[in-house]
Order: sequence, then C-alpha cells, then structure tokens
Amino acid sequence: MADAVSPQTAPADAAHGSQGHGAGGGDAHGHGHNPFLAHHFETMSQQFDSGKLGMWLFLGTEILLFGGLFCAYAIWRGNHPEIFHAGHQHLNKTLGAINTVVLLLSSFTMAWAVRCAQTSNRNGLILGLTLTLLGGFGFMGIKYFEYSEKIAHGYRPGKYYAPKHDAAHAATPAAAAGHAAAPAADAHAPAPAAAASDGHASGAQTAAAGSEHAATPPPAATPPAVAGGADAPKILPAAVAPGGLAAQPAGAGHGGEDTPNVHLYFSIYFCLTGLHGIHVLAGMTVIAWLLMRSVRGDFSSAYFDPVDLGGLYWHLVDLIWIYLFPLLYLID
Amino acid sequence: MASISVPGAIAGQPARSKANYLNASSGFLSWAFTLDHKRIGVMYLVGIFTAFLLGGLFALLVRTELLTPGPTITTHDWYNRFFTLHGAIMVFIVIIPGIPAALGNFALPIMIGAKDVAFPRLNLASFYMWVIGTLFAISTLAFGAVDTGWTFYTPYSTKYAFNGMIPVVAGAFILGFSSIFTGLNFIVTIHKLRAPGMGWFGLPLFLWSLYATALVQILATPVLGITLLLLLVERTLGVGFFNPELGGDPVLFQHFFWFYSHPAVYIMILPAMGVMSELISVFSHKHIFGYKFIAFSSVAIALLGFLVWGHHMFVSGQSNLVGMIFSAITFTIAVPSAIKVFNWLATMYKGSISLNSPMLYALSFMWIFGIGGLTGLFLGTMATDVHLHDTYFVVAHFHYVMAGTIFVLFGGIHYWWPKMTGKMFNEPLARLSCLLLFVGFNVTFFTQFMMGSHGMPRRYYNYPAQFQMYHQISSAGSYIMGLGVILMVGYLLHSLARGRKAPDNPWGGATFEWRTSSPPPVENFHEQPVVDDLYDYEKLFWDEQAGGYVRREVPDGAARPAH
Amino acid sequence: MMTSLAFLLIHLAQAAATTTAPAVTDLSTNLPIDNQGTVWMPSQASTTAHQIDALFHFILYLCVFFFVLIIGCMFYFMGVYRRRHPEQRALSNATHNTPLELAWSILPGFLLVIMFWWGFTVFLDVRTSPADGYAINVNAQQWSWSFGYPNGHEDNNLHVPVNTNILLTMNSADVLHSFYVPSFRVKMDVVPGRYTKTWFNANKTGEYMLLCAEYCGKQHSDMNAKVIVHPKEDFPVWLANADPLSRLTEEQLAEFKSNPDKFIKGHPELQGLEPPASLGRKLWDRKGCKTCHSLDGATNTGPTFKGVWGIQQPLRDGSSILVDENFVRDSILNPNKNVAKGYDAVMPTYQGRVKDREIDMIIAMLKSLSEKETKK
Repeated sequence: MADAVSPQTAPADAAHGSQGHGAGGGDAHGHGHNPFLAHHFETMSQQFDSGKLGMWLFLGTEILLFGGLFCAYAIWRGNHPEIFHAGHQHLNKTLGAINTVVLLLSSFTMAWAVRCAQTSNRNGLILGLTLTLLGGFGFMGIKYFEYSEKIAHGYRPGKYYAPKHDAAHAATPAAAAGHAAAPAADAHAPAPAAAASDGHASGAQTAAAGSEHAATPPPAATPPAVAGGADAPKILPAAVAPGGLAAQPAGAGHGGEDTPNVHLYFSIYFCLTGLHGIHVLAGMTVIAWLLMRSVRGDFSSAYFDPVDLGGLYWHLVDLIWIYLFPLLYLID
Repeated sequence: MASISVPGAIAGQPARSKANYLNASSGFLSWAFTLDHKRIGVMYLVGIFTAFLLGGLFALLVRTELLTPGPTITTHDWYNRFFTLHGAIMVFIVIIPGIPAALGNFALPIMIGAKDVAFPRLNLASFYMWVIGTLFAISTLAFGAVDTGWTFYTPYSTKYAFNGMIPVVAGAFILGFSSIFTGLNFIVTIHKLRAPGMGWFGLPLFLWSLYATALVQILATPVLGITLLLLLVERTLGVGFFNPELGGDPVLFQHFFWFYSHPAVYIMILPAMGVMSELISVFSHKHIFGYKFIAFSSVAIALLGFLVWGHHMFVSGQSNLVGMIFSAITFTIAVPSAIKVFNWLATMYKGSISLNSPMLYALSFMWIFGIGGLTGLFLGTMATDVHLHDTYFVVAHFHYVMAGTIFVLFGGIHYWWPKMTGKMFNEPLARLSCLLLFVGFNVTFFTQFMMGSHGMPRRYYNYPAQFQMYHQISSAGSYIMGLGVILMVGYLLHSLARGRKAPDNPWGGATFEWRTSSPPPVENFHEQPVVDDLYDYEKLFWDEQAGGYVRREVPDGAARPAH
Repeated sequence: MMTSLAFLLIHLAQAAATTTAPAVTDLSTNLPIDNQGTVWMPSQASTTAHQIDALFHFILYLCVFFFVLIIGCMFYFMGVYRRRHPEQRALSNATHNTPLELAWSILPGFLLVIMFWWGFTVFLDVRTSPADGYAINVNAQQWSWSFGYPNGHEDNNLHVPVNTNILLTMNSADVLHSFYVPSFRVKMDVVPGRYTKTWFNANKTGEYMLLCAEYCGKQHSDMNAKVIVHPKEDFPVWLANADPLSRLTEEQLAEFKSNPDKFIKGHPELQGLEPPASLGRKLWDRKGCKTCHSLDGATNTGPTFKGVWGIQQPLRDGSSILVDENFVRDSILNPNKNVAKGYDAVMPTYQGRVKDREIDMIIAMLKSLSEKETKK
C-alpha cells in the first residue's frame, strides 16, 4: 500500500484534469512525471491499479483471518449453545449499538473524504479524515469502558475468569450509593450514564447499567452462571473435571443449573473484539498519517491512492464489526 | 543511478555499462535498506541457506541419536527438541519461503520484463518479517526449546511442552505474514507489471506456479495465523479452546492446523514444479510440451489442495463419511501432479539433453518426487493409511516430497547462480555434490519406508531393536548427504571468490533473464526485451567466444516448426 | 539400482537378524521381536490384516510399474537424446498433443477410482465394530497403557483370547495418544475428553508389540505394551488369577492385611496373591506410576518413592507436609493439590482408576521402601 508512495513532498500537480477513479483514468499521459509515480511503474494508472489490487487481496487475507475466528465461534457455539446463551447476556447491547453507529458514521465520513480527495477538495478531505479519526477514538473509548467493566466484574478470558457476585457487590460500601455499582467502573461514569436508558431489563447484572441495578434484587432474574450460591461461578480447571474417565463422557459440560465453562464465551469475545480493536487502532494510525499528508497537500485528483486504499481498509474494519455486533451481542 | 556508460566489456556482447545491481552501491546499509528485488532475493537466499544448514544439523543429530535404541548421544528431552526444531526450521523457515522468496524474488520481475515487484517496500518488510520470525523461532532454544513436533498438536502444546512454545509459535505467526505479503506482492506483480504484449499464456511456467503458490499463500496462511494466535491465547490465558477439560476440542486444532498445513505442502511443491518446467525445457533445448496442461495443473493443485486436509485425520475419530470425502478428493489431486511428470518426460523426448548440474537436480527430482508422489497413494487410501499413519512410512513419504523441493531449490540455485553472481561454479564438483545428495537421500529415506510399513512409529527416541538395522543404514545415508552439502557450500563460496566470469546466457535459456547481462543492471534490462515465445530455442546459438549462448534472428527461410 | 541395493542390504540384514533373534534381547523396550514379517509388512495376526496387506501390495505393484515406466523413459531419453555438441538441436519441437495429454490425464483416473473404492470399503470393514464381542476399556496416559477388564481388573499389557472380537473403548487422561498394533494393522487415536472405539480379532496366539503412534511428550517412545493373545480356554484362567486382590471379600481383606503371610498360606486357591508390598510394586508397574516415580531414588518427572514414607515433604508453595496414609491417598486422587517442591503439577488424577484396597497396597510398598532404607 504505502509502497506506491515516494517520499518526496513535492506539490501534487493539481492542474491535472482527469478524475481517474477506478476504471483506469489515464493520468500520466504526456506531460511530465508525477512525483508520486514510483520508478518501477510506467503510468499512474498502473500504479493505482496495482495498489488497489494489492489492497483488495490484503482485505481478503484479513477476512480469512477473522474467518478462522468466526469458524471457531460457530463450532464452539454449535457444541455449547448454553455457554453462548449465558455469556451474551453479560454484554451491554446499548454500548454495542452505539459503537456500531459510531463506526458506520466514521465509514461514511471516510467515504466522503475519499470523494473530496478525488475532487481535490483539500478542506473537505481534512475534515472528513478528522471526523473519521474522531469516530475511531469514540469507538475505542466506548470499547475501553466495556472492557474495563468486564474486567472489573471478573468476566475475563480463560483462567482469569472469576466473576464477582452481585451479592458481593451489594455488600461493598460503594453500592450503597445506588448506581455506580461496580467499584472499578464508576470512575468512568459519564459514558454509561449516557446509555442509562438501556432496555434489557432482565439482564440486570451488567453493572454499567447502573441505575436499575441497585433497585432490582439480584438473584432471581439473573442468568444461571452468576446465580448459584456462593460457591458457583468460579469455574477453574480443577473444579470442572478431575480429568479421569469418570468425569466427562463427551467433553460436554455436566448440565445442571450452573452453565459451566462460560469463560469460553468471554475468551472468544475478547479474541474477536480484541483482534478487531487492534485493526481499528491500525486503521486510526493510517488515517492519522493520511491526515498529515493531506494537510501537507499531497493529495489531489491526480494522486489520491493512499486515501482510497486507507478508505477501503477502514470500510473493512467497519464491515467486520457489523458481523461481530450481532454475533456477540444480539443472537440469542 | 546506473547510467554511467562504460564501453564494451564482454566479447561477443553489445557494449554495456559495467554497473550492475551488485556493484551499483555498496556498504551494509545499501543492502539493509535496498528496495531492489534482486538484492532482497539474494538476502533471502543467504538467510534461507543458513537456516537450512541449521535445520540439517538438527537432522544429523536426530539421525545420530537413532543409531542405537535407547540413549546414544542425548536424552529424551533433547531428542524431542531436535526433531521439533528440525521440522519447524525446515518447513516454516526454509522450504515454504525457499523457492518463492529467494529464487522467485530474484527471477519473477525479470522474467516478466518488469523493473521490480509491485510493492518493493512491502517486499523488504516481508524479508525483515522472515528474519524476525526466524529469530523468534530459534530463540526458543534459549527458553528451553519446544518439544511438540512442528505440528504443535493440542492439548500437549497448550498444557505441557516448554516455555519455548510462545516464541516459536509467535515466530511461525510472523513468518506466516511474511509469506502472505510475498504472495500478495507476486500476484499484483504478475497481474499488473507484465511487459507489454505478454499474455497469460506467454508467462514462463515458473510464474504460473508462483502465481498458484501465491494464491494458496494468501488464502490459507491467515487461517494458520489465527490458529497460532488461538494457541498463544490458550497457552497464556488458559482459555480452553482446545482443552477438553474446559469444554474445548483438541481435534479442532488439527482441523485448523491442516487447513493451512496441507495447502502449505503445495506452497512447498508448486514452485519446485515451476522451476522444473524451466529446467527440463532449457536443458532439453526443446519447447516445453503441453504448456497449458502444466499451467492449469498448477492452479488445479492449488485449489484442490484446500480440500484435502482431512486426510491427516483418518485415525483421529472423524466420521467415515468425512473421511471418504477427503480420501476421494485426495485422489483427484494425483491427476494434475501426474500430468506434470508426463509433460516433462514428453519435453525430454527427442530433445537435446545436456546433463549440467541444474538438470541433474531436475532429474533427481523426477526420481524423488516420483517415489514421493506414488507413496502418497498408500496414505490417501483409507485402509492402508490406518496402518501407515504416524509411522516412518509417512516420514519417508513427506521427505521424498519436500526434499524434492530442496533438490529443485538447489537446481534453481545452480541455474540462476551465474545470473545472480556473475560467476560460474565448478561444474564437476557440482555434479559430484548432486550425486552425493541423491545417493545419500535415497539411502536415508528409502529404508524408512520399509521400517515404517513394519510399524516403526515416528518421533521415537527409543525403538524396538528389530528396527536398528534400518536406522543405521538411514543414518549412514544422512551423513552422505551432509558431505554433499558441505561440498556444495565449498565450491559455491569458491565460485564467489574466484569463479570464472559468467556469460549472459550460459545454459541456453530463452526467458527474459537470459537476455540481460549477468548480473543484471539495477533496473534489470539495458533495453526492454521483446516478447516472443519464451520456450523457443531456435534463435539461440552457441558462441564459443562468449562461453554461452547468444540470440540471433533465424532467417525466414529456415525451418521453424509451426505450433 | 541404488534403491534395489539398499533393498537387498536390508533383506540380508533382516535374514541375519532372524537367525540371531534369540541373542538380540530387546532391552530398551522389552517388546517381543517380530520375525515373521515379509519384506514390506510385519506378521499378520488379525482377521483384517490380510485385507489391508492385499490392498497395500496392489498399490505397491502399481506404483512399481509406473515408477519403472517413468524412470525408465527418463534414463532412456537421457541416453538416446544426450546432447553431444553445443550445436545439436532438438529432433522435434512439438509443443503439445491434446489427445495424448487428455489420455494420460484421464486414464490413470480409473486406477485411482479403483484404489479409492477398495481402500474405502476395506476401511469400513476394518472400522465397523461387530455387534458382539469382548469389551475392554483402554486408558492412555503419559506414558503408559492401562486395560480394564469386565471384572474390574486393570492390566498394563493387553491380554485377549484368540479368535474373539475384541471391542476397545478408549480414553486419554491427558494428551493425544494413538493405539497401534502393527501385527493387527489397527490404529486409532485416543483423545482426551471423548471416547474413541476400535476393534480387532486376533487369529494367532503369541505376543505382539503395542505402540503409541501419536506423539505425546517426553517418553512417547517408551509408551508401549505387549498384546498377549491367549488360547481361548486359557484366557479365563489368566483373568481369574490376574487380580487376586479384587476377589477378596471385606472380611478376607482385613484378615489379609493384618497377617498377609498366614492368610496366603491359608488360601492356596487364591492364586497370585502376594504380600501387600509386592502387590503394591506390581500396581506401580501396572498403573503407570513407574513412568514418573522411581523406586531406586532416581529423579524423574515425579519424586522417587524411595525413602519418602514418614518424612516431611517440602511443597512447591514453601510449606511441607507429612507423608502418611492421608497424604498418599490424597496425592493419588487429587495429585495437583499438594505438589512436591521442584516438580510440576502434571500428574493426572487416579480418581476412579485405583481402588481403595489398591491404595493400601501402594502404601504398603512405600512403607517397605523406607523400612529397607532405615535398616541399612
């Protein structure tokens, strides 16, 4: 992607008329040598097409990378639907939905920025990129709240999974104040508060939905994994199965009121959203770099390849989230 | 850069600048930050060959340990680490990148008449990822070394093994991305940078195979990436994806792993088949036979290669139906492989066959891949696989296939060596080295078929004494191979220091790289070559003065058989 | 030629090995040596072995035919069309011949179909368990096998009656293993967390090697056992005498424990009953303790059993604990609760795999190992 760009900062020849998006606009015909044309390409359109093909292939590999995880998700879900049922209720659908909207909006602003680059509208480009970058920050910010809340509640992956009890919460001094039940989460109160009108009444124990939390008495309505008595939730290897023959006939959990192995859900949740988060961060880095270059005035209708390619990448990041959101938050 | 014109240097060749990609600039940094595909290719070659020597050393340690049942030179633990490191180094660090990244990088842009690959910086980044991945993988030695075998099967790799697991898996992950980016670069280069007038069926067959390889690289490697990532997460966070005690499924890892690793076998063998097509045609001085069948068979192998991974799991408890489907598809992949072999033979038929060292390697490949491919039939057949699975029969089979790739890698190194370095090597020693490798290889691995079918399982430190005779013959063969490799390193280094100056076209090849100087200039060509039939040897004539072949236009009257 | 030379050498070597077989004691593995095999295959000792061998040899001869054809052509061309001077041109410049190429692309396909179908049908025969047979449970763990019989006896060698369908239900306590008996042509992975099944019908009495074929860690290569095929009438006798301990009633057991020597003398009908310490030693061998715990003080994956009884054992968490009846029992059933200092928590639990009375025998053995120590 970045290869196509030579490092000089010479001003783009904005006088160049052709818009040349997609279907091989013949930029470099005749006059002069575009300073952004790399030595091994013959024409700007050859360079643009190469970059575009390369980016599409790269996006293909990214989809396959996530595809592996989606596959794993599907298989584990097929094997243990009860885990996924129990697990997904701990997620905050409102925050997820807000994040979806934020990301969709940023995708729109990105598309707008690409359009501005094609029409040599430098101010529009800068504004579009800035808004997209803000969208990225917004997404990561909300993700941060979600993560810290999960972590504070002990919904951590694998062997670190140790959910704290609602009962335990009620007992903590902080809980007396009504909302802001989760001690670790209340530092970031504003964001959850904004989402306070959250709809899912029964999934009460997600602590960020603070206000109603203190009001409803915890036990009855809560999902199985967190419900059982004081000894239940901490499911650690040793507790599950002694490993011998007697323990588990087919790797399946031993039914009952406690859903075992709910940590699997959070493991895959953190894997999927974590990997996606890393991609968002990478995308934000790319956009910041594009912003720097557009401020410098590198892009014009004659040369906007990096903006176009960065845009494609950002749309992919968005697209993956569009799949993640229903799979993790909504499907019951 | 390279435009200082120095008049006429080599007899019989047009006057040219003496500047080439090797001497255009000098100093460590000029190599470390080079964007020239040829220099990157050479750096890969040096790195990969060094890794090959290391992997070979581990192989010799394994073979030495197996001279006697029970302890010979080392302990259980170290033996297990040796074969793991041997496998991981040879597969991930040597064979997978071997031909594409080293020879492909050097030859691909020249063969399509381009100045470079489409993304030179990405190319350099791939190289450094290869270096970092390799360092990670080898650093496992410092952390107690990993002992899982190169397949990293769970739950052993997640519950037991050593702390060295993390660096080696991280290393394989990084190497995977190096491979993805190389493949991506090659696909775009072949699509977008072909010389004007060069159609898809005008491509040299090596590039068809590199293209097919690149497809597999970008489609399969991401899945390996995610699998290794899950393995790392499982190991560090104990998430239990593959741990039955925590609700996971250990066999699922095998599916993920082989979904990549079986196509990876074709990542290893396809480029070798491409080089074969070049070598057989050039050294038979005859037009390649059945171009389209060879080209399409590469793509067919690449695509079918995705659908056969389950044949690694006939005895792991998958259902009979699934096993049947995988077995059936496995047999279909035998067809395109056979097509290639028949076409190579037909190319030799009525040719004018020179037995230079690259050709000797190519003919060795016919023998070795012949056995490797045919023994695959025993393993694709479900009933016989039950008996042979995880025995030395399998070990011998995949060595016959993968070492076939190494033989072609060596053949390719010898073939392009004059072009890369501008120097000739000692041909008699090269033939001797090829002979030693060939003999040593067959002694080492043919015996392994026999002990395997008698039931000798793989990865055994200690073995029933009835197999000792086989093991000793096998080890003896490995030492012969060791000698061959040492000899090769010797004469190649000697060639660098005092080799005879190479002509532009020492073998009589018709592809573009033989139409530029040896070594080529920075931008590959002095003048853009004209696209014509790249397997037409009618225009090539031996020139005693140049010590190589030169192109001359054949007068219209001369016999030019029509296609 | 080269290959055939190696082939010949091996054949000779094999012949030599056969004649000197008694001298070659397989000290490293203690496995029976198979002298009955052919050049390519080990001896046949199950009802399905000949099916697999027939298919193997069919493929083998087919491969030899094609290999000789291809390599023969190659050598012939190398000789006949050898380039003798640098101006020698190719005799033909044919670029393709579509009918020929189609022929050699399609025709081998028929052979492949035969191979596939034959392989698949034999596979079904080999894999599909017969409806009735003698059921044995197989437990695999690093690095030993344990075979559970219907009467509760567990053995670390597989004893079976000849000419009987043997149905195996297999499970692993830790990692992947694979049950492999070359002479029966039987192989099946043993997977933790699920049961896998396989079966065989041994049709020749004798001893055969049983190997682990799936890499399972440090001593993978030591994870072997013997399959002992008994004549049909001998098998029940063997089984009845294999585990005298389990046949004692509770009263008899108490009697036996209080005065073993007297009890053994008084009950000659209980063949194979030995003093508790030596029974414990047999269990150590049979249950797989021996792969990690030595009796002679050697360090291994786990602490040695020599001289541990009655000492204060330092633990990994810095505390220490008295090695007494409770601790031993606890260590067998919940091995990773108290892990000895300097060792890893890698021992699988023996819950459900060791009976109470067997634990008593192991304790007796531990005691005996320390008494000897103190006497010295």
